[in-house]
Amino acid sequence: MNPQLLQLICFYAFGFVTVAAALSVITLKNTVHAVLALVLTFFSAACLWMLIDAEFLALALIVVYVGAVMVLFLFVVMMLDIDQERLREGFVKFLPVGLIVAAAMLAEMLGLIGVRALHAHVMGADPAAVAGVSNTEWLGMALYTRYLLPFEVAALILTVGVVAAVALTLRQRADARYETAAQQVKVNARDRVRIVKMDAVLDYETKDSPDHSSQGPQP
Amino acid sequence: MITLSHYIVLGAVLFCIAVAGMFINRKNVIVLLMSIELMLLAVNMNFVAFSRFLGDVSGQVFVFFILTVAAAEAAIGLAILVLLFRNRSTINIADIDSMKG
Repeated sequence: MNPQLLQLICFYAFGFVTVAAALSVITLKNTVHAVLALVLTFFSAACLWMLIDAEFLALALIVVYVGAVMVLFLFVVMMLDIDQERLREGFVKFLPVGLIVAAAMLAEMLGLIGVRALHAHVMGADPAAVAGVSNTEWLGMALYTRYLLPFEVAALILTVGVVAAVALTLRQRADARYETAAQQVKVNARDRVRIVKMDAVLDYETKDSPDHSSQGPQP
Repeated sequence: MITLSHYIVLGAVLFCIAVAGMFINRKNVIVLLMSIELMLLAVNMNFVAFSRFLGDVSGQVFVFFILTVAAAEAAIGLAILVLLFRNRSTINIADIDSMKG
C-alpha cells in the first residue's frame, strides 16, 4: 500500500478516536468515566504526534499525562464523595449556548484555516532525520543550549508547584493527638516516676469494713 | 498525504469541544479542569504540527514547557479542589460564593 495513503488513514483513525473521546469527556455523566475518556484522548493524541515524527513528545505525553496527571485526577475524583446528580444541573439548559458558541468559534477558525490552506504546506522530510539525529537528540540539543534558562525555570516552577500542593493540603487535625518530639526528648526520669516513702498500714480491718463508702476520709 | 491543515483543523475541533465543555458543565469543577487540559492539548497539537511542517525545533520545545506548566497547574488545581471539598463538602461552583463575586 502507498505509505502516504496509509499515513492518511492512520491520521483519520486516530483523529476520529481523539475527537470522539474528547466529546465523551464533556458529556459523560460519571466523572470517573470522563477521566478515563480523557486518558483515551491523550493516548490517541500521542499516536497522532508519533505519526509526524514527534516521538519524544508523544512518549512524554503518555508518561507525564496518562501516567501521572490523569492518575492524580482519578485519585481525586474517587476520593471525593461527589453528588453526581446535582452537578449535572443546568446541563440541558446550557447545552444550546455551549453548542452555539463552540460552533461559531469552529466556523471562524475553519474559515481562517481554509484560506491559509490554499498554499498548503506539504510535509517535507523529517528535520531531525535531515540533521542526522533522532528526534530526542534534536529536541535535547535545542533544550540544553538555546533554551537552558527556560528549562531551569520550568524545573523551578515544578518544584514550587509541588511545595504549593503539599502546603495547601497539609493540615493539623483538631481532634487528633500529636506528640511534641522536642518535649519528649527533653523529659527526665523524675518527671515520669515519683518514689514515695510511707509507713506500712497496720489496721487493715478498718479498710475492709462493709460500709466504707459512707466513711469520711481517714485522718 | 497529510498537510498542515489536517492537524490545525483537529486542534481547532479539540479546542471548540473544550469550550463547549466549559459551557455545559459549569457546575462541576473537575470537568472544568479536564476541559482546560483538553484546550492545552489542542494548543500542543498546533505547536507540534507547526514544528514538524516548518522544520523548526522551537515548537516542540514549547510543547515541552507547556506540559511542565500544565502538570504543575493540575497539581495545584486539584490541591485547591481537595481543600475546597474539605472545607465546604461540595465542589459545586454555585455553592462557592463566600467571596460574593
